[in-house]
Amino acid sequence: MTTKKLSRRGLLKGAAAAGAATAFPAPMIWAQNIKDVTLRQFGTGVSNLNEVAQKVKEDLGFTLEMTALDSDAVTQRAATQPGSFDIADIEYWICKKVWPTGNLQAMDVSKIKNYDKIVGIFKDGKLTPESTIAQGTAPHTVGFTDGPDGTTFADEQTNWMTLIPTIYNADTLGIRPDLIGRPIETWAELLNPEFKGKASILDISSIGIMDAAMVCEAMGEIQYGDKGNMTREEIDKTMAIFTEAKRNGQFRAFWKTFDESVNLMASGEVVIQSMWSPAITAVKSRGIDCVYQPLKEGYRSWGGGIGLSKNLSGLELDAAYEYINWYLDGWVGGFLMRQGYYSAVPETSKNFMSENEWGYWFEGKEATDTITNPFGDAMAQAGEVRDGGSFEERMGSVACWNAVMDENQYMVRKWNEFIAA
Amino acid sequence: MRAGETNRHLTGWLLASPLTLVLIFFLVLPIAMIVIVSFWQATEFSIIPAFSWENYDFLFGSPVTYRVFGNTIKYALIVWVFTLAIGFTVAYFLAFHVRTQTWQIALFLLCTIPFWTSNIIRMISWIPFLGRNGLANSALISAGIVDEPVEWLLYSDFSVILAFVHLYTLFMVVPIFNTMMRIDKSLIEAAYDGGASGFQTLTNVIIPLCKPGIMIGTIFVVTLVMGDFVTVRFMSGSQSANVGRLIQNDIALLQYPSASATAVVLLITVLMVIGILLRFVDIRKEL
Repeated sequence: MTTKKLSRRGLLKGAAAAGAATAFPAPMIWAQNIKDVTLRQFGTGVSNLNEVAQKVKEDLGFTLEMTALDSDAVTQRAATQPGSFDIADIEYWICKKVWPTGNLQAMDVSKIKNYDKIVGIFKDGKLTPESTIAQGTAPHTVGFTDGPDGTTFADEQTNWMTLIPTIYNADTLGIRPDLIGRPIETWAELLNPEFKGKASILDISSIGIMDAAMVCEAMGEIQYGDKGNMTREEIDKTMAIFTEAKRNGQFRAFWKTFDESVNLMASGEVVIQSMWSPAITAVKSRGIDCVYQPLKEGYRSWGGGIGLSKNLSGLELDAAYEYINWYLDGWVGGFLMRQGYYSAVPETSKNFMSENEWGYWFEGKEATDTITNPFGDAMAQAGEVRDGGSFEERMGSVACWNAVMDENQYMVRKWNEFIAA
Repeated sequence: MRAGETNRHLTGWLLASPLTLVLIFFLVLPIAMIVIVSFWQATEFSIIPAFSWENYDFLFGSPVTYRVFGNTIKYALIVWVFTLAIGFTVAYFLAFHVRTQTWQIALFLLCTIPFWTSNIIRMISWIPFLGRNGLANSALISAGIVDEPVEWLLYSDFSVILAFVHLYTLFMVVPIFNTMMRIDKSLIEAAYDGGASGFQTLTNVIIPLCKPGIMIGTIFVVTLVMGDFVTVRFMSGSQSANVGRLIQNDIALLQYPSASATAVVLLITVLMVIGILLRFVDIRKEL
């Protein structure tokens, strides 16, 4: 049965498996068989790293094929081509769109070894018992379903998870302190006329609109019911404020790719802009002063997780659970946290990080020695502290999660008008 | 006799068929598909076959469409003026001032050298040059011409048009140079003998005889500029829009039907422009 299923995957592999089956007609032991399994994972570039696939081969024995796509393509593929993948590495807001199609299967929590150690954000939405839950598509709101075949989201923790959280972070504005020369404390500074012609925002509508909303709210211009799910009126008002700023020449450029944001900042074309944390590191690595500025209104946060295709069953499903448990076991967590992201189970990641690394990345302590990322690049020198401080300080002040709105199509059209204005 | 005639017909059809098949598969079918899809409907992540005017309704009902088409035509017109002026001058110099054919060929090849690199690279290399702390601004400041860096050099209509002119002037030079080389030199001598000044010769003899070349160059430049999306995106820092970017945005958001509708309208616009251009010159007759 399993052999038959395998032979459907790639002709060569199938032929080899069939050959093996004829040569050893006796029932194969599981550990032997799992080596023939190939799981196809696709997702956004952030966590689709070849190092992970290599380590899977070493530790678990089976093959993991990775495909990296942009988030629009990921959404489309998860929603329309369920047969083309085994594991989907997607963001929580994408899950909100894709889950109702029934292309993913719920995961049995009792098979997840480290479930109890997963941080509260992904279970009841609270980092600590006192935390308030942020706006937008908070991961716990789309993290559970009612049963193995559920296509709706459960309001509270159940035994069936939609995605296993893997990677997340808190985003804010990046600034050039050397060119600004004064403290920046609020999102409203993005539209401050002082930075006319030196500001930028990202031209990816679903995220750009959130940053815009953080700015408008900080300016006191608009009070949102939920920044992650705006009404048409709120969208209109937000875009009106930004269109006016654009016409007045506030923005130097808009960026769409990681490299563009790095170049804008490094060349001094822009001194304040929406940015992603690895981009800050890339600017710093050129010896240019750049800060991921914590702001009093809080962060815009995002999170991703892995989901299982509806088509997985038998040995491959077992292998997928094996992979998930391995994912939460700490090696990947350490690998991601040493790049500045957070792992869903920080305490297991700690075993794979030095005390200095753990102190710098997670606890917000001063580095006692040079901090390098897994690729060997220096990220910080002794004595430096992470922008924004500790895990609790950063993830504890999330104002809004990346989201998909009910009025998404309307928002996209308004965003296009803003770009064309 | 009859059999011979059938044979001749058959040969004719057979000779024409390879090109016909290529055109059907790679030109007619794709365009037909785009037209069909432009009537479909789309949700956020699926495309629904249908016959609906919704995409066109939205397109023609939105002021953004008119602004963006206006912008596209503006770029095409300005770029056309500059590429024509520069392209004609370069071709004129090559054809009438350079005497030996060896030098003509050598200089002509020199013009094409930059085109051995990717046009994306040629475009992006303007960015560090024109930037706030770029070469152009440093030179202007150290020469004492300006005190503050000039902001409009980059991420503006200026930089978009500069890049377009740089990228596409050669498409004007080649066809104009080609027609100029075919002009019988004795015609020019005759004009001089008849007492025409240099300028009169230019306007009365050379320009009319270059019309087909100018027209072919114009068609190249206009279609390239109107169909572009990447130059506008990079050189305007995503701050300006043209039709190509509208289509690109739709595709990124999986709105293929809406992208197709925009593409169909763009195609019709470009065909209309070319149709009007061809009213002025009969390329077939004059080639």
